[in-house]
Amino acid sequence: MSSPVKGRPEVVLRLAGISKRFGPLLANDGISLTLRAGEVLALLGENGAGKTTLMNILFGHYVADEGTIEAFGRPLPPGSPRAALEAGIGMVHQHFTLADNLSVLDNVAVGTESLWRWRSDRGAARRRLLDLSQRFGLEVRPDALVGDLSVGERQRVEILKALYRDARILILDEPTAVLTPQESAGLFETLRRLTADGLAVVFISHKMNEVFAASDTVAVLRAGKLVATHATASTDRAKLAELMVGRSVKPPAPAPLSPGEPVLELAGITVASGHGRPLLDGADLTVRRHQVVGIAGVSGNGQTALAELVSGLIRPDSGKLSLKGSVVEHGDPADMVRRGVARIPEDRHSAGLVGTMAVWENLIAERYHDSAFSRFGVLRRGAAKTYAREVIEEFDVRCPGPDARTQLLSGGNMQKLILGRTLAHGPDLILASQPTRGLDIGAVSYVHSRLLDARAAGAGVLLISEDLDEILALADCVTVAYHGRLTPLLPHDRVSVSQLGLLMAGHWDILRDILPETVDAA
Amino acid sequence: MDFLSIILDILLSAAFWTAVLRIATPYVLGTLGELVCERAGVLNLGIEGIMTLGAMAGWMAVYQGADLWTGVLAAAACGALLGLLHAALTVPLGLSQHVTGIGVTLLGTSLSYFVYRLVLPQASTPPTIEPFQPLALPGALAQTPLTYLAFLLVAVVAYVLYRTPVGLAVRMVGENPAAAEAQGLNVTAIRIGAVMAGSALMALAGAFLTLSAFNAFFFNMVNGRGWICIALVVFASWRPGKALLGALLFAVFDALQLRLQQASGGILPYQLFLMMPYLLSILALVLVARRASYPRALMIPYRKGER
Repeated sequence: MSSPVKGRPEVVLRLAGISKRFGPLLANDGISLTLRAGEVLALLGENGAGKTTLMNILFGHYVADEGTIEAFGRPLPPGSPRAALEAGIGMVHQHFTLADNLSVLDNVAVGTESLWRWRSDRGAARRRLLDLSQRFGLEVRPDALVGDLSVGERQRVEILKALYRDARILILDEPTAVLTPQESAGLFETLRRLTADGLAVVFISHKMNEVFAASDTVAVLRAGKLVATHATASTDRAKLAELMVGRSVKPPAPAPLSPGEPVLELAGITVASGHGRPLLDGADLTVRRHQVVGIAGVSGNGQTALAELVSGLIRPDSGKLSLKGSVVEHGDPADMVRRGVARIPEDRHSAGLVGTMAVWENLIAERYHDSAFSRFGVLRRGAAKTYAREVIEEFDVRCPGPDARTQLLSGGNMQKLILGRTLAHGPDLILASQPTRGLDIGAVSYVHSRLLDARAAGAGVLLISEDLDEILALADCVTVAYHGRLTPLLPHDRVSVSQLGLLMAGHWDILRDILPETVDAA
Repeated sequence: MDFLSIILDILLSAAFWTAVLRIATPYVLGTLGELVCERAGVLNLGIEGIMTLGAMAGWMAVYQGADLWTGVLAAAACGALLGLLHAALTVPLGLSQHVTGIGVTLLGTSLSYFVYRLVLPQASTPPTIEPFQPLALPGALAQTPLTYLAFLLVAVVAYVLYRTPVGLAVRMVGENPAAAEAQGLNVTAIRIGAVMAGSALMALAGAFLTLSAFNAFFFNMVNGRGWICIALVVFASWRPGKALLGALLFAVFDALQLRLQQASGGILPYQLFLMMPYLLSILALVLVARRASYPRALMIPYRKGER
């Protein structure tokens, strides 16, 4: 372990001219980067800018078409995670690479011993894990099953996994995507301890505030190219945003509107799960016309059940659901669509679109029974395709035409297709689950403006999102989901991100400070 | 005599327990083999064919003049080879494990009959060999060496899976191959190795039939035992100790129904008794398997660089 020399610490990693092509897409285009010991480098860029591809090349998941990598002065053989590990590079993937059914210790220790030993030295492994855990303040229980851990704990296991293998360069792929603001702050604290110990860290992000909170240097990628590298302290948000997108972006600005009559009312809704605590536990919620209601919360706190309930996919075990003032007794998805619910599903690939079918088929998927699109049980393909052309035009879906196979569209264009399908006939309630997940800034601002247009036109919007910035930018009122319960509606101008973070972690006692009047009644 | 006292008589006889241990042996070996494959994430429906090939190959080696233990080794080697075929198709090529497994079963079964007929075209009564003899031990302990080997292998497989680095690696590739890869393990090699080892165990189960339980090779002699092993793996929640328990339980039912057939003296159709072990296994499966936590990557092919 070499301690960094005063002034300029040693260069630990050098990427030179990395290019990678996937079919027609140039994912990385001649990228060169250096990383020094004790440095935190933020790799900033939109989705699809090539950040993850670059780090996957570094870690050996992919092989670059061109370019070389040097770690600690030695060339790194391409295409081998094992070689990357041996060179001291550790990676924390965005989707954790942990086995749920195995213990923390098993997950950390696997692959670190020669395979053909007659006995694993579990005692030594445990001591080493606990030692690292203590040294860097990463608390874990070695014998707990990973499946029983919270997301934050799993991330600690991932980091420990890298440290256990003597990683001196740590790559984190969108590490905060799944964390509450407080957990993120804890992670940044950990990163500081690691760099104080001489480690170098690369973290991938598309969130500006994290870049400023945690990094020393920021490298901006756009469309596969490295467009700028700056010392974080010498730059600002507006400049980075412009570098990321290639033009200046305006945040959405909802016009003030007074809410109208209720379109969705939930009263004491409980949805049991097969085991343990209910998915929804006595949830009350009202969404009115001209209103965006945001649901904040760490994923897995009832948001999915709420979305499925409003889509008609599941029914409540108790409680009452009303749409536009009339109680829905036995909602099913088709019934909900007829009642004016527009649905932007959480996962557009699995629950939104059928990738192998044509664009026009997907566009009429919710309405093929309409007389406009079928007669005597036979589809009117001509009418459907004409309609599809109109929607493609109106919603700016970039595709070769109505006959294009849907899976060939980019994520942003798929989302526009879903928006077109749901918004084209003036819905009363829009259920938007993670509507901008995985989209680039351009597509995000398009989705936001469409949702705000619908709000202005008289729809109520139920926005479920893990992105607090998105919620605070769009929502008139916010409620926080925790263990299947919902807080009372909080006006967006009366809560801060840190208060939302506390509520998301279950500290509902602070409601008293935010909403003194309603909490006393509850 | 009332029904309960008949059952009691049966359960108290040493001959009954001798039969139980003998009947259980191929199930123990087959279930262990399937378990090893599935722990690595590969369903091996080739088990029936691999058992048949093991039965034929072991017997044929001995018939051609090899000694019994060489026959056992020959069976294991043939099983491993057929396992290699299954693994080659399902692991690097990522073909459907169901379809490939059924193909392997058809191939293994037909190939065994073909080779048998090739070598013995005229045999009308199956020729016999001198099989393993029971050890000179009292009561139900008088079993052939292969039965003792099977019980020993339960402990060996459990030890390897839970106490050695290679066992941890096998469990890891069956739970989350991407995680295993990120830890520098070679997922393809580990899966292929596990399938070959598991298939060798299955072939031992077949060899037990021709080298211990009987002294000849018949068509249809495996007779669905492989499929029972697949169910026993689920019953065992993918754990070797419980696999032993499941195999013993099934053997108890089977031995019991044989004796009840005799005791009933033809009052009830014998098919009812034949059904009993299967019905009871389904019942046990329903009761136990609902809580089973299966290897998460079971039946999911792994391709590098994909999510």
